[in-house]
Amino acid sequence: MVMLSDKDRGSVRKELEKLTDPVKLTVFSQELGSETCRQTEWLVKEVVELSDKASMQVLNLVLDREKAEAYGVDRVPAVVVEGAKDYGIRFFGIPAGYEFTNLIDSMIVASTGTPALSAETQRALAGLTSPVHIKVFTTPT
Amino acid sequence: MRLALHMAVASDQVRADCIEANEFPEWSQQYRVMAVPKIVINDRVQFEGALPEREFLSAVLRAVNGGGGPA
Repeated sequence: MVMLSDKDRGSVRKELEKLTDPVKLTVFSQELGSETCRQTEWLVKEVVELSDKASMQVLNLVLDREKAEAYGVDRVPAVVVEGAKDYGIRFFGIPAGYEFTNLIDSMIVASTGTPALSAETQRALAGLTSPVHIKVFTTPT
Repeated sequence: MRLALHMAVASDQVRADCIEANEFPEWSQQYRVMAVPKIVINDRVQFEGALPEREFLSAVLRAVNGGGGPA
């Protein structure tokens, strides 16, 4: 299975040059999972191959239940993007199309630890004392 | 989505889930997703479409308002 064209590979490789520190992608999949689980594994595999700062692991939602719970993942396919720590970035469903751009962007920001937000926004967020769980529903196109 | 992802990195309190709506019809139905992007914060504040950073932030603050966050 090939998910990325040569052209995609070239532009993703160039984008991933922005990685400054290691980034780890954890794919949660299921043996009897849908086609999208396999596609997600392949896609992530092809992406991490494009940078020596990126790595991946594949976990099983059922067999690795404790880890899934620790990551707050309860459905598949899911991708957790971690940098120096777990920043709380999750993708549910195959991160293709529009979400692919976000996946690459999230890898960069998790790697650098430097969000592109105004000082005012960062100040307000630093003052948060209770959890904020943002869900963004999107479609690939 | 970009703002949510960057906010997750900016604060340990923020988690950002990017959900492919077509792949999870029940989940989408639960949150009445009619158009994308649809953003749901702490199951309390929701809106459709992209917002500028300042308004996105005030939606986040509204979602935690009363929950111990800054006003």
